[in-house]
Formats: sequence, C-alpha cells, structure tokens
Amino acid sequence: MSIVHNLGLAAIFPEIALALLAMLLLMEGVFSKRVTPAAIRWGAIAAIVAVGLMVVWKSGTGLSTAFAGAFIVDPFARFMKVLALAGSAITLAMSGKYLARTKMDSNEYPVLVLLATLGMMLMISAGDLISLYLGLELQSLALYVVAAINRDSVKASEAGLKYFVLGSLSSGMLLYGASLVYGVTGHTGFATIADAIAGQPTSLALVFGIVFIMAGLAFKVSAVPFHMWTPDVYEGAPTPVTAFFASAPKLAAIALFTRVMVGPFAHATQAWQQIAIFISFASMALGAFAAIGQTNIKRLLAYSSIANMGFALVGLAAGTVEGVQGMLVYMLIYLVTTLGTFACILAMRRKGIYVEQISDLAGLSRRDKGLAFVLAMMMFSLAGIPPLAGFFGKLFVFMAAVKAGLYALAILGVLASVIGAYYYLRVIKVMYFDEPAEAFDGADMELAIVAYASCAFVIGFIVVAQPLVGWATGAAQSLF
Amino acid sequence: MIGLSHYLTVAAVLFTIGIFGIFLNRKNVIIIMMSIELMLLAVNINLVAFSTTLQDLAGQVFALLVLTVAAGEAAIGLAILVTYYRNRGSIAVEDINMMKG
Repeated sequence: MSIVHNLGLAAIFPEIALALLAMLLLMEGVFSKRVTPAAIRWGAIAAIVAVGLMVVWKSGTGLSTAFAGAFIVDPFARFMKVLALAGSAITLAMSGKYLARTKMDSNEYPVLVLLATLGMMLMISAGDLISLYLGLELQSLALYVVAAINRDSVKASEAGLKYFVLGSLSSGMLLYGASLVYGVTGHTGFATIADAIAGQPTSLALVFGIVFIMAGLAFKVSAVPFHMWTPDVYEGAPTPVTAFFASAPKLAAIALFTRVMVGPFAHATQAWQQIAIFISFASMALGAFAAIGQTNIKRLLAYSSIANMGFALVGLAAGTVEGVQGMLVYMLIYLVTTLGTFACILAMRRKGIYVEQISDLAGLSRRDKGLAFVLAMMMFSLAGIPPLAGFFGKLFVFMAAVKAGLYALAILGVLASVIGAYYYLRVIKVMYFDEPAEAFDGADMELAIVAYASCAFVIGFIVVAQPLVGWATGAAQSLF
Repeated sequence: MIGLSHYLTVAAVLFTIGIFGIFLNRKNVIIIMMSIELMLLAVNINLVAFSTTLQDLAGQVFALLVLTVAAGEAAIGLAILVTYYRNRGSIAVEDINMMKG
C-alpha cells in the first residue's frame, strides 16, 4: 500500500472511479446486445452522482495532494467539482427525451459526457502545468465530438469543426505560454512556480507566458476577444448539448482560470490584472450589445453566457478573497439559472418538432402559465432584478471590485448589466404581451422538475444564501 | 555556437507561421490542421530547448505528452472533418458559413 500512499492516490480516487466507470459503460455499450442508450445514460448519471458523493464525503475537508502536488484537492476544488458534476448529471438527465425523439440517441453520448466531466475534474484540481494541459485536453477533445454528435446535420458538424479549429488554436497558445513560463522559472508545478516568481522583477518572457496562458483560458471560458466560437457552437449543436456546454465546462474553465491566476502567478498580479480587467469589461459589453438583435434563443443565450463570464471575471480581476468568493457565488447562481433556462428551451416542442426562435414563445403566458412564469423568473434573475438570485451574484462581484479599488470596472459592469436587461426583458415581453402562437406539447417530467427547482432556488435564494455564501467563502479562502 | 536563443527564435517563427496559417488561409481546412500541428511542434522545440538548458527532465516529459495529445487531437479533427464533408460536400474554408451574426 505504500505506493498508494506515496503518490497520494486517495486524493484522486473519485477521478479514478469516474474513469473506470466511463470505460465500463463504454464496454457495456459496445459488447452487450440488449443494452439501450437510455440504460447507458442512467448508468452515467448514477456514476456522476456516486463520484459526487465521494467528492463530498470521502475526500476529507482540508488540503490533500496527489502526484507530488500535480493534483490538488482543497475546499475550492470540492466546491467547483460538486457544481460541475451537478451540471453534467442534470444536463444528461434533461437530454434523454430530446435525443430519443430526434433519433440521435447513442451509447457514446453519455460516455463522452463522462469523459468530459473527468477532464473538468482534473482541470479543477490541476496543480501543475502538465496536469492542467492534460485535463484541459481531455475535456476539450470530448467536447469537440459532443458538439458534432448529430452527424447528419450540416449545422452540427460545422459547429464541431469551428469549435475544434478555434479550440486547438487556443490550446496551442496556452501551451506556448506554458513553455515560456517553464523556461523562465524552471518549474512546472504551481507552488514551485510561485516561489520562483516571488520577490523577483517580472521578466518580459514571463509576461508573454502569462498572456498566452490567459488567451488560452479566455477561449475556454468564452471571454472576449476569444468568444467567436460560442454563438455558432450554441446554435449549431443539439439543444441538450448546448445546455451541457453552457453549464459544467464553463465552471471548470473558470475554476482553472482562477487557480492559475491566484496560484502560480500570485506574485505577478500587476502583469495579469490589467488583462483580466480588459477581458472582463469587453465580455460584459459585447455580451450586452450583440445579444440585442438575436432571434434564435440559443444564440441569445450564447451572448448572455459571454456577458455572464464577464461578470464572473470581475471577481477574478479584483484578485482578492472577496473577489473569488463573489465569483464562486456568481457561478453557482449562473449554473442554476442556466439549467432552468435550458429546461424551458427544451420544452419548446410543437407537434413533436423542437423550435428555438424567440417568436415561438409569443403569448406563452396564455398557453402555459407555469413555463412562462419559470422562464420569466430566469430572465429577471439573469437581468439582475432584486430580490432574485442573479441580483445577489452581481452584488457580490461588484462589491468585491469596489473594495479592490476597481471603481471604473464596477460602474461599467453595472451599465452593461442595464443594457443587458433590455434583451432579457424583451423575451418576457414576447411571452406576456404578444399575440399567442400555436401551443407547445407538454413539458416532460425531468424538464418540469429542473425548471421548477431552479425557479424555486432563484426566488428563494435569500433564504439559502447564508450557508451557500459561507461555503463559497471557505472555498475562496483555501486558494490564498 | 548555437544557443538557447536560436532554438527559441526558430520555435517562435514556426509558431507564428502556424497562427498565420490558420487566419490567412482561405482554401482548405486540411491546411488549418497542418498549421495547428506546426504550432504544437513549435511548443515542443521550446520545451526541449528549455529542458536541455535547465538540465531538468520535466520539459521533455511535457513534450512527450504534448506529442501524444496532438496525435489524438488530429484524429478527432479529421473525424469531424469527414462528417462535415459528408454533409456539405466541400471542405473549403469559405464554405463554412452556415451560421452568422
């Protein structure tokens, strides 16, 4: 057992379990004659839930590492892993009926989602440039395939191709940055890089390295100016896949972004803070303006997610414990709101055909009061109307920005949020005041459960805020 | 005498050619894939050059892992390209324009 102890395999046990379960399900799908895609999907959901329980109860409460610090499990990692796993499991559960009705149901889809989730867990726990790269690529390679899972659709394969080309470009930039950081500091571990940088003047090569790494990570969180893939992939991919893309991978990418910036580059803050402020502001502004003219609701949500990443990055740009804590709360609220919104979009089905134009929602309040109410609450929350959850998310990140002295960023953020409110409110206007379009078929049970649960969370956030914010604070403190 | 800076210069030039290959190329997606490989190989030159100069093995281990991942990435890219070609009947870069806005 000493090798298990020396490598710290106990810390990485949930990941090993997830990898084995993914391979087991793949073999089951390939060799078993009687197995159905639905069985594989529920198996995958059970695997994610089991791994989530392991992360919560079996990985201790403090800091533990594996592979000499290349893999870190701390409260921050646990917080983000639980959210990412929840996002994966819920989107898998929501995808079933859609994939079956559109004849896209396959044994591979849940397995690919599991592998992408494994990549996310490795990203969240990365403590070394090498494990960072491997986690990121495991996630990305699975996601490229998932984007193009509808092989017979031109749009889906175009989405996959665009995502692949731009994703590989960003991985290349990230790697180039990683090689420069390695060359300057002589280390690949985050802790040793931080020690090598501490107390020294930041060299030009190191700044280049940090900038390249940030460019690669900004692509993964779809922050401006590396957002070009987002609207096309969101629109082209099947809706359950879009729901998945908007939830778990975003959390993992922003967790990685935070860990890299406040970990190894903690002593080079002046080198990255300006860039973080710029991409945060640019994302908020572009997300607010570009969404105004959209007619496709998935495309609208793509710009909305770009803006949301901008708001979350405000917390990172602050570079303080409060900033990271605000960002964690923001991402938690973003996850729930996104899942609720996509549950509503997946319920937009008319005579068996899935529709995705905003005009299809016209007069929804008179056809389906429940669905219209849930979607309206989600939109109000995204727009940041108090007392809904979205308001508090924004409040936390902007307060952190003001405390860190970033007044201009906070003011511009609030302005972008006001402009963004226009297109969220437009969706509500279409639902409540336009002439009714033809009725939708009823929502499936999974979708209704997710939609009403997230609606309850968004409305009742004030009640549950205390423990959640406390949890996020503990997670944020563990990084510093 | 060929030193570290020479290797870094070659790597930087290759990397730049790779990036320009992706953005300036208007003809064929295969050329984009070749440019991506070029970028990753430029990174490998960097890593190995640093590794030798620093007398530290981690860089070469990193380079080996990059090579492995690059192979997987190329395989997935070509697979997606094949499905795209079957649907669209073309792999010209200017035809990748179904979605805009």
